[in-house]
Amino acid sequence: MTGMNPTRAAVRTIPDRLESPARRALKSWETLLLAVALAIFIANSLASPYFLDPWNLSDATFNFTEKAMIAFAMALLIIAGEIDLSVASTIALASTAMGAAAQLGVGTPGLVAIGLAVGLACGAFNGALVTGLGLPSIVVTIGTMSLYRGISYIVLGDQAYRGYPADFAWFGQGYAFWVISAEFVLFALFALLFGILLHATNFGRAVYAIGNNATAAAFSGIRVGRVKFILFLLTGLMSGVAAVCLTSRLGSTRPSIAMGWELEVVTMVVLGGVSILGGAGSIPGVVIAAFVMGLVTFGLGLLNVPGIVMSIVIGALLIAVIALPRLWRKWRG
Amino acid sequence: MRLTRLLTTREALLAAAIALMLALIASRFPAFVAPGNLVAVFNDTAPLIILAIGQMVVILTRCIDLSVAATLALTGMVVAMLNLAHPDLPVAAILAIAVALGCGLGMINGLLVWKLDIPPIVVTLGTMTIYRGAAFLISGGKWVNAHEMSDAFKAFPRTQILGMPVMSWIAILVVVVLAVLLARTETGRAFFAAGGNPDAATYAGIDVGRTRFLAFALSGALAGLVGYLWVARYAVAYVDLAAGFELDVVAACVIGGVAIMGGVGSVAGAVLGALFLGVIKNALPVIDVSPFWQMAISGAAIIIAVILNAKAGRARGRIILRQTEAVQ
Repeated sequence: MTGMNPTRAAVRTIPDRLESPARRALKSWETLLLAVALAIFIANSLASPYFLDPWNLSDATFNFTEKAMIAFAMALLIIAGEIDLSVASTIALASTAMGAAAQLGVGTPGLVAIGLAVGLACGAFNGALVTGLGLPSIVVTIGTMSLYRGISYIVLGDQAYRGYPADFAWFGQGYAFWVISAEFVLFALFALLFGILLHATNFGRAVYAIGNNATAAAFSGIRVGRVKFILFLLTGLMSGVAAVCLTSRLGSTRPSIAMGWELEVVTMVVLGGVSILGGAGSIPGVVIAAFVMGLVTFGLGLLNVPGIVMSIVIGALLIAVIALPRLWRKWRG
Repeated sequence: MRLTRLLTTREALLAAAIALMLALIASRFPAFVAPGNLVAVFNDTAPLIILAIGQMVVILTRCIDLSVAATLALTGMVVAMLNLAHPDLPVAAILAIAVALGCGLGMINGLLVWKLDIPPIVVTLGTMTIYRGAAFLISGGKWVNAHEMSDAFKAFPRTQILGMPVMSWIAILVVVVLAVLLARTETGRAFFAAGGNPDAATYAGIDVGRTRFLAFALSGALAGLVGYLWVARYAVAYVDLAAGFELDVVAACVIGGVAIMGGVGSVAGAVLGALFLGVIKNALPVIDVSPFWQMAISGAAIIIAVILNAKAGRARGRIILRQTEAVQ
């Protein structure tokens, strides 16, 4: 990644005695983030009387569920030291493919299959360029970011696809039970799956190993290229899932769909405590970060704050949560 | 031997590709290569050229500046509103304010990277939304339209000198100054050293953090300059000005052979990369291809360029361990 500074990063002291697990948990990133989330939650419920309504809260989850699903896969990719900036464009391409298929009368199962397949194909192309040809992922995915959305623009131009089958609306508009939306169930399910994958499997350990030192990982028998390729596939697949949900929720496809989401997804991942240099991070952190971002945008929305001001808050939050601990450490010496 | 090496450089290949493209277009539409139209194409590409050079310096130091388009928009909005409030402010003052403001915004990026060691991609992702948001806050989302700008403000970038608008001349000036700065000054060489091998640069007595800070300040100053030129030339300022343009700027650098891992790049390459995109953008409507093709074409161009870059980089040394190369 860009901006590494080995001269400073290399000097790390090893303490004589580890702090107790309870103290460490208390000082962890996730705890800090959880405190921030709670503070925002309380501030929101004090600021607006409409905030604590279960249906409103349920609506608020749509702010982040689709982005968070991509963020889980992106977290693994960033921990492994790579990045994918083409996720939002993958959504556009997958959505365009689904729209084209819907015009031909393909039913809901077929549409979902097409959305996921296009997502996988986009991820496979990124992965092949990065792992097969050894190219830097940031440039490759800036390229495919233009390419994938560009294809959507070629197909659609200034037009839009509508006319999705009625039962396709379930993914983005349906409810599993009471106020729990179908999307939220998917979000929780994927949080669990990716949490297990990263924190409880050999594959997850390999992801950390590669992010910390890919050369050492290769020497200890990890197939670095293969693991990275799978991570690109997963990120593509999750973009496909997000495309299904978003298309279903909006009920239409334009080539500008999900514009700028790649930045929000990366923000969510970094806010969740994943090191942009790779090697560190956790899925619970990303889950809490998703809630933080969702609560901030929803709370500000209830206060009639325009979207662009919310994006300032998100941008400032991103820099502040990374800068403050560093300032604190500097100040304490 | 020397000649063949010169002819197979990145820059020569890119120049040949642009010439070939122009020849192909000229065979069907001779008017496209008329001097007047070529000047128009160059002038249209001038903002991209200026920004690509600033971005190249940042990338040389192993950083990236995603906030250039937002810096451009904020500076453009500020000078447009300033002109609205004080129509008799001379253009020289406007220019100075634009460059200073852009430089200040770039210095904020640079300080966060230098003093707090935050990865540049994170810093500029954040400031990108903050700067554009600030443009919204100061303008309240309103546009500054042509009739609200003073005539001198609008006329400056379009003034013709020796058959070319001032905007083109400024781009040429920036190209020359930066080429000399990078090749002939200590700071210029430090940009290459800081990105090529930060550890070695540190041992050689170069303050890598400070060098990066200077690169961001320079990129910001150029973005501020373009902010005024852009707003004056199109005679309109609004919040979404040049939205997404940072990617075109990075694309121009990559196509021009600037290595994203730092240390490798040239002013000529960045200029040619920008011209490559500029010629495509201007040629599409002429050859009757929908402008909707442009995005996919520049995406494909980036991917092809980065594959070629990697090939060129490989040929230089023997790879002992494939994996380490992939990691870096």
